[in-house]
Amino acid sequence: MRQLIGLIPLIPLLSSVCLMLLGGRLPRLWIGLLGVGSVGLAALLTGLTAVDFLANPEPFQLTLWVWMQVGNFAPGVAFYFDGLTLVMMSVITGVGFLIHLFSTEFMEEDKSYARYFAYLNMFVAAMLILVMADNLLLLYLGWEGVGVCSYLLVGFWYQNSANGQAARKAFIVTRIGDTAMALGLFLLFTELGTLNIQALGVAANETWQVGDKLPLIACLLLLAGAVGKSAQLPLHTWLPDAMAGPTPVSALIHAATMVTAGVYLIARTHELYLLAPIAMIAVALVGLSTSLMAAFTALTQRDIKRILAYSTISQIGYMFLALGVGAWSAGVFHLMTHAFFKALLFLGSGAIIHCLHHEHDIFKMGGLRTRMPVTFWSFMIGSAALAALPMTSGFFSKDQILLQAYQVDGIGPWLWLGGLLGALLTAIYSFRLVFVVFFGKANTEPDRDTGWRMALPLSLLCALALFGGWIMLPVAEVFPTASGLHPAHWVEYVSIAVPIVGVVIAYLVFYSGQLRVDGLLNMPLMQSLQRFWYSGWGLDALYDRLFVRPYYALAALFKGEPVDAVYGLIVAINQTLNGWLAEGQSGQMRRYLISMVFGLIVVLAIMLGAF
Amino acid sequence: MDGLNIPLSHILLVSSLLFSVGMLGLMMRRNIIFILMSLEVMLNSTALAFVAAGAHWGQPDGQIVFMLILSVAAAEVAVGLGLVLQIQRRFKSLDMDNANRMQG
Repeated sequence: MRQLIGLIPLIPLLSSVCLMLLGGRLPRLWIGLLGVGSVGLAALLTGLTAVDFLANPEPFQLTLWVWMQVGNFAPGVAFYFDGLTLVMMSVITGVGFLIHLFSTEFMEEDKSYARYFAYLNMFVAAMLILVMADNLLLLYLGWEGVGVCSYLLVGFWYQNSANGQAARKAFIVTRIGDTAMALGLFLLFTELGTLNIQALGVAANETWQVGDKLPLIACLLLLAGAVGKSAQLPLHTWLPDAMAGPTPVSALIHAATMVTAGVYLIARTHELYLLAPIAMIAVALVGLSTSLMAAFTALTQRDIKRILAYSTISQIGYMFLALGVGAWSAGVFHLMTHAFFKALLFLGSGAIIHCLHHEHDIFKMGGLRTRMPVTFWSFMIGSAALAALPMTSGFFSKDQILLQAYQVDGIGPWLWLGGLLGALLTAIYSFRLVFVVFFGKANTEPDRDTGWRMALPLSLLCALALFGGWIMLPVAEVFPTASGLHPAHWVEYVSIAVPIVGVVIAYLVFYSGQLRVDGLLNMPLMQSLQRFWYSGWGLDALYDRLFVRPYYALAALFKGEPVDAVYGLIVAINQTLNGWLAEGQSGQMRRYLISMVFGLIVVLAIMLGAF
Repeated sequence: MDGLNIPLSHILLVSSLLFSVGMLGLMMRRNIIFILMSLEVMLNSTALAFVAAGAHWGQPDGQIVFMLILSVAAAEVAVGLGLVLQIQRRFKSLDMDNANRMQG
């Protein structure tokens, strides 16, 4: 059984290659069967492996072949399987399968049906390689692979140049982080002599002391990679633009799986982070500030997908906060529950967009509660889980994060307060979305309701988003256990109460209208603050000024190739001289003769001593 | 050696005058026939110089070279007349200035 895990990434990869080569010639039914079936098969195999693993939870390693061998550097194409891998694989193949199924209906009318599934399958394969890799180099292969697939899928409707722009932005911004991560890998290899993740942990503990400089640098470089991929401050700007891709892609790549790769990376290399407490604090602060920034931004957006994108950024911020305070399993737990409810919300928004003639503006929707009941309930459950209302899946994970953040020495209560503010904002913006879109008067009539291929994934994800909190993660062996101390009860009560307060505020403001905020919103300060938040804290404009425009200016400067001009001068001089000399070659025999005689006379005169 | 005794310098003077006349003809004439004739004049002027020099020093070499020049001139005329025919056919004229395609 355990030998079969090599097949799990292979099947989607083969299907992707098939679709790429034969895609144009296959009938649509076959394309759908191949695309969805391969991921379904991978999910099935993952399930079987999980049953086997849970019966005998012993981590194991499977080396397929040695990738390359240079001196003592011999990374293998090898997989490492433990509880963390299992969680990630289940999320990728399970949620991935549901999203593939959803896509068959969402993309029904698209003419690039085969291309879509080819990319999506390739993404699943690359993501599986990322989480299964037993060394950081193979992980990096998967890491770049998902980046490429993300680029291809964000720019899927490439006829619109804005989509291509968004795809390039996503690729380039994540590449900044990836470069830092590559430097981190180089550093780790030169210092510790291996890239195998398990061996790295052992070697690092032998070589370095807690608080040394080198682990700090390595961890910060890895963090930069994670920040790029997981859309955290200051490299988050690509994610809202990445919503240009098809909505199921946003659900799979930009909410459930790829963007959590950074969280996975940090959790996977937690032994290094434990040696660098400052890096852990940096992770926590990045997470918290991102989560607050994105929550404020989400509050002001109008585009349904941008709200969800900022919400994703914000929730990944929570995961980073969890990792930074050493709540490893809580972070991974939130990763999983977030995959459930955010995939649900994205697929729900996909259903709305699909049935509402590609309308994205939430204020042009409204009253969809009775017209699209399945979608309404998915959104209700998804938003409840997102807001962490009690007994939903998000509640369990977010509660764990907040409680463990509170226990950190020194800054713990501050982190907790920040997290609470984020939770309040999360509840407000998620229920603002629900109340504006599904209640009130209808502004646009849907032209159809969801079919079964949309309704089935939505229902299954609803169940997962509701009850996913009761899943016990098999990661106890992977991470060091958290302290058994429990904070005071009031801390817990406050953590539970805050999201409910948020929902009530959203209800009063956006549904019943009893709480009037117009006066507040019309104040000049609030107006400018709102504009500031709406633009994503002006970061896009700032980066545009700081990097994009100077780069364009530099490019324009060098467009004429000033260095080449020097060599061009030499050429020009030679050509002019040549022109002059060529004048002399007139083809007139007599002229040649005259000049010859003239020369002869001069020579004779010199010889005879006339001069 | 009785009879008319002409000093060498006079003969060389005639020879160089002939040479100059030939060269001027070469430079100033456009008609290719005249150019060929000028060339003959120049050849003959040098031949005259050789003969005179040979006679002056009592050496046979001058007359030998004269024979050589004679044959060279004959060969040159053969080739030259061939060229004249070709130029006449191509350009429908005997003007040398028209044959100026090899330029720049």
